[in-house]
Amino acid sequence: MSILVNKDTKVICQGFTGRQGSFHSEQAIAYGTRMVGGVTPGKGGQTHLGLPVFNTVRDAVRQTGAQATMIYVPAAFAADSILEAADAGIEVIVCITEGIPVLDMLNVKAALRANGARLIGPNCPGIITSGECKIGIMPGVIHQKGKVGIVSRSGTLTYEAVHQTTQLGLGQSTCVGIGGDPIKGLDFIDCLKLFEADPQTEAVILVGEIGGSREEEAAEYIRSSMKKPVAAYIAGRTAPKGKRMGHAGAIIAGGTGTADAKIRALETAGVVVALSPAALGDAVQQALAAR
Amino acid sequence: MNLHEYQAKQILRSGNINTPRGLAAASAEAAVDAANELGGDAWVVKAQIHAGGRGKAGGVKVVKSLDDVRAMAGSLLGKPLVTNQNAPDGQPVNQVLVEETLPIARELYLSLLVDRETERVAIVASAAGGMDIEEVAHATPEKVLTEACDPLLGVQDFQCRALAFALELTGEAYKDFCRLLPQLYRVFIANDLSLLEINPLVVTADNRVLPLDCKMSVDDNALYRRKTLSELRDDSQIDAKEAAANAANVNYVALTGNIGCMVNGAGLAMATMDLIQLEGGTPANFLDVGGGATPETVAQGFKIILLDPNVRAVLINIFGGIVRCDVIAEGIIQAVKEVGVKVPVIVRLEGTNAELGRRLLAESGLAILAAESLTQAAKLAVEQAA
Repeated sequence: MSILVNKDTKVICQGFTGRQGSFHSEQAIAYGTRMVGGVTPGKGGQTHLGLPVFNTVRDAVRQTGAQATMIYVPAAFAADSILEAADAGIEVIVCITEGIPVLDMLNVKAALRANGARLIGPNCPGIITSGECKIGIMPGVIHQKGKVGIVSRSGTLTYEAVHQTTQLGLGQSTCVGIGGDPIKGLDFIDCLKLFEADPQTEAVILVGEIGGSREEEAAEYIRSSMKKPVAAYIAGRTAPKGKRMGHAGAIIAGGTGTADAKIRALETAGVVVALSPAALGDAVQQALAAR
Repeated sequence: MNLHEYQAKQILRSGNINTPRGLAAASAEAAVDAANELGGDAWVVKAQIHAGGRGKAGGVKVVKSLDDVRAMAGSLLGKPLVTNQNAPDGQPVNQVLVEETLPIARELYLSLLVDRETERVAIVASAAGGMDIEEVAHATPEKVLTEACDPLLGVQDFQCRALAFALELTGEAYKDFCRLLPQLYRVFIANDLSLLEINPLVVTADNRVLPLDCKMSVDDNALYRRKTLSELRDDSQIDAKEAAANAANVNYVALTGNIGCMVNGAGLAMATMDLIQLEGGTPANFLDVGGGATPETVAQGFKIILLDPNVRAVLINIFGGIVRCDVIAEGIIQAVKEVGVKVPVIVRLEGTNAELGRRLLAESGLAILAAESLTQAAKLAVEQAA
């Protein structure tokens, strides 16, 4: 088991024939992901990387039974691509694209609420079920099938968590990079619920950062509803107020969203919080040992 | 991207919103001309900078003669204005806004912003205008009213009425306010704003509602489709190093410490700063060279970091995923040679081919220290900078 995607998930790529789409589709295929085709408007009927290219997501779904998509189209067109995928009945939509205007995302979220499709991202590394299905830009080689579920707002910090859990022999079930934007698809709580219900996952690592209050909400969920142990790291204790730290969502606004407040909330909920990203593996091991 | 008050008010006027009459001026003489053109016997002269707290800092003054307009504009223009909300060396005043004065009966607060919790555009209003809204929200949260707008419907009349009643507006002011909100909402959407703040929104002695001040921020991600707005960018208002980084398309935030940081990924970049502090040092900056670090981005990063004279050591922290560590190591070596880096460089490489990358750095003959781990890298950087 795992969450959201596995070895049987049929995956397409939107922006398939572009540079990013091609490169990461190749990597996904090499990892063993069940890629069944891709979409590039105007190139329908062609073959790319040995797979069929379609003009529309609707065509791709009809002819391949695709259930998941990874989106590598430029920011100006990405919101439309998400909506197209949702309309075609795709269940898991992974949007890697960074820099989508926030007002576009407000519309997308409102439309998805009515549709029920699950969006991961945007501005994220994607999702990977170790040893089974890689949808995104993460390096596959550092992953190892195992028992830790990872959910993170940061790409490279996810890799740190993966690397450390692999080194410790714990391995990962599924890793979800939920992305660094303020308005995004799946959030911490959505993933925590799925991990709690997944038999393969024995512990969870949550990687948060400054901005917003989703970590605090996650802490409340962990306290009230989770039995599995959780370890966490929050980036940005030294970040100044009112400055956007790389990610559109990483900003302390109006005194809310500080790292210290998030760390306090998580610790109160019984989460083992690592103060250094180098200690994430140890923290999850400690959390596992305490149960 | 922030706009100046005079630019924001111009945008309001193009959205058919009444504002106080005013003209921007870049010299004392132009300010006098502006006052002449506006007429009347009193004017308010307002320093134009991208920061709040101007009033308390002496940047906004009511004057009653043309000589005083000249003197006030002359004293503000060409100098930095330091407020309680900007950097210690302030921001330069390159324009003043000369406006008509209004007889003010009440001061309200009004803003539109993207609320990440409700995932909607929120309208925030308060009868406590002219004050810091964050302080009002903290001390008396019941005085802050919020209406969230459905993105598919926009602001609805019932929401306007609810806020107008809560603010105890009557007669013409009530009507003005209920007309104003949908207009502001349209301006917000049409310009891809992330913040539109009017503080204060005044009720005049004759019971009309007008924005006395206006602050606008445009969503940087939407500038590609707001070409005329992107031309209003004013780099004089931000840190020179940050302006250089903007031009090079690099995510950089200047800080006050002495250890320069170059990291791939925003989360890891923040984590690296935190780790430096944990080891007893202070970071000089936040710098994210992007998920895939290349020799070009590394060289660009060095150039920006070294614009800061306080930097005593540079810590490079790269998790090489799809880009191999040996390729990154070669990029670092090339960049150190090309840019002529004089301070010690500490490098932590992890990921694919990390061992090979570290060997290349160690054998380069340059002052590059290859760390074995993240913690060791932070320790080394703190030692070297001390």
